[in-house]
Amino acid sequence: MIVETQCAHFDSLPLDCGEMLSPVTVAYETYGKLNAARSNAILILHAFSGDAHAAGVSRENGKLGWWDSMIGPQKAFDTDRYFVICSNVLGGCRGTTGPSSLNPATGRAYGSAFPVVTIPDMVRLQKKLVDHLGISRLLAVAGGSMGGMQALQWAVAYPEAVASAIPIASAYRHSAQQIAFNEVGRMAIMSDPDWNGGDYYESGPPARGLSVARMIGHITYMSDESMREKFGRRQRPKDELRNGFDVDFEVENYLRYRGGEFVNRFDANSYLYITKAMDNFDLSSGYGSLSGALARTKARFLVISFTSDWLYPSYQSQEIVRALRGHNLDVAYCELQSNYGHDAFLVEVGEQTELVRHFLANTFKKAA
Amino acid sequence: MSAAATQEPTFVRQLLGRSDYAIISELVERGSKVLDLGCGDGELLAWLVENKGVTARGVEISPARVQHCIMQGLSVYQGDIDAGLADYPDQCFDFVILSQTLQETHHPLRVLREMLRVGRRIIVAFPNFGHWSMRLSMLLTGRAPKTKLFPYEWYDSPNIHFLTVEDFEQLAVAENLEVERRIFLSADRRVRLLPNLRAQVAVYLLKKKS
Repeated sequence: MIVETQCAHFDSLPLDCGEMLSPVTVAYETYGKLNAARSNAILILHAFSGDAHAAGVSRENGKLGWWDSMIGPQKAFDTDRYFVICSNVLGGCRGTTGPSSLNPATGRAYGSAFPVVTIPDMVRLQKKLVDHLGISRLLAVAGGSMGGMQALQWAVAYPEAVASAIPIASAYRHSAQQIAFNEVGRMAIMSDPDWNGGDYYESGPPARGLSVARMIGHITYMSDESMREKFGRRQRPKDELRNGFDVDFEVENYLRYRGGEFVNRFDANSYLYITKAMDNFDLSSGYGSLSGALARTKARFLVISFTSDWLYPSYQSQEIVRALRGHNLDVAYCELQSNYGHDAFLVEVGEQTELVRHFLANTFKKAA
Repeated sequence: MSAAATQEPTFVRQLLGRSDYAIISELVERGSKVLDLGCGDGELLAWLVENKGVTARGVEISPARVQHCIMQGLSVYQGDIDAGLADYPDQCFDFVILSQTLQETHHPLRVLREMLRVGRRIIVAFPNFGHWSMRLSMLLTGRAPKTKLFPYEWYDSPNIHFLTVEDFEQLAVAENLEVERRIFLSADRRVRLLPNLRAQVAVYLLKKKS
């Protein structure tokens, strides 16, 4: 399946911070066919560093989509049956308007002049896209991690437009620990002199800071078990007498490689803006409580968490499930066994596929 | 013959080991809201959805079984019964079912009270520890009873509370419950005489006395 990222353009988008962003571009991809009743559309919501290219092979660079194992013919999100949409988030750097986009007021990149964005802002832009595609009700909104936050926001902000929601390895708001890791990442970027207060688009990015931030991120996405299995204490070949601060262990090599690679595909300011959006997100705010927020939703829910995920531990998924149960809403919940930590929702797809597939089929049957 | 009528005897046969399921499926009213505690692979709930059009919810502790339920389209969540009911609003179900699990819960009385809080009526099925085979086994061997009904060694049994029909009757009185139906089973036959001695499984339909 060869796919191409498309763009939709809008005149403006009102933001939670009070500012109006204008104009706005959103990059998106679609897979499968929209049926005549327009009732088979599913919106996939990407995690922090994802993009619109969720499935298939990119015409642009030949790369496989970030959730290709889950989206495609006969897969969990079966493109033979459903019309699947994925877009890059607001504030991102993969085609959707973000801090690296051109600021029409100055003719240069926004940099730190980009307004603060929130998860509800991201979802508001996605709603514009979905409206633009002529879809009034989504069969499902689904995503892991930050994608799960957006799925929750969709279900609460647009109850009439969402038949079901699938938040995976997610939370309705960040814990102190999650905020803390994000803050270390942000500080790594901002303490790199090349960051230059956010205005580096002409001088070159804060590559060192951004790669350190990504290294920290990768540690939090894995688990003790998965790191032990993948690297153990395996060492790199080296001169026995040398004893410096070069790469000695495989795990160091891996993190440096991942950090370096990230710099080529991700914008440091997007890192700052999007992690802040995640940290500031609290589904309950404005509704008094999580229960108050979820009272609005009319969606069915499938909530999934993973045993070894210590970044988004199962208790956070269970908080959502309990609040839904408090309204006796239709919710299925399963904690899947996995050693992959937070990465599990991207790599441990066997059981997840079965759950999602059947849940969607059932939702489609009920909605028809 | 209607589809349901042809299916029901098959269902009973298929679940001979769980003859209580057949009884429960008779007690549950069409189109009602049902919560099944310890719903296993969801066979009872799936049957009730298909044949009685109920709105079904389930709780199950085993992840593999929860997955099996969700794959059948059932809204089941993974959790334990002892802690699991607190989130539900009062009287949000027409029937709350506890099938052969009461003896496995840590706090049976708390579970029963919670069931009565969230459900208008409750259906409780349990193995009768007062069955003659149990009494005989204990009397003759002097050891913890091990029978067809309770095939476990004392140390690996999931059953942590042993109750009899008579015990349950007394509890119903003490808790001010109205027994709407009581059905006693030995294999798949109904027992009417001397249930505390002859019933292997008891199925009760109860509600709070108004």
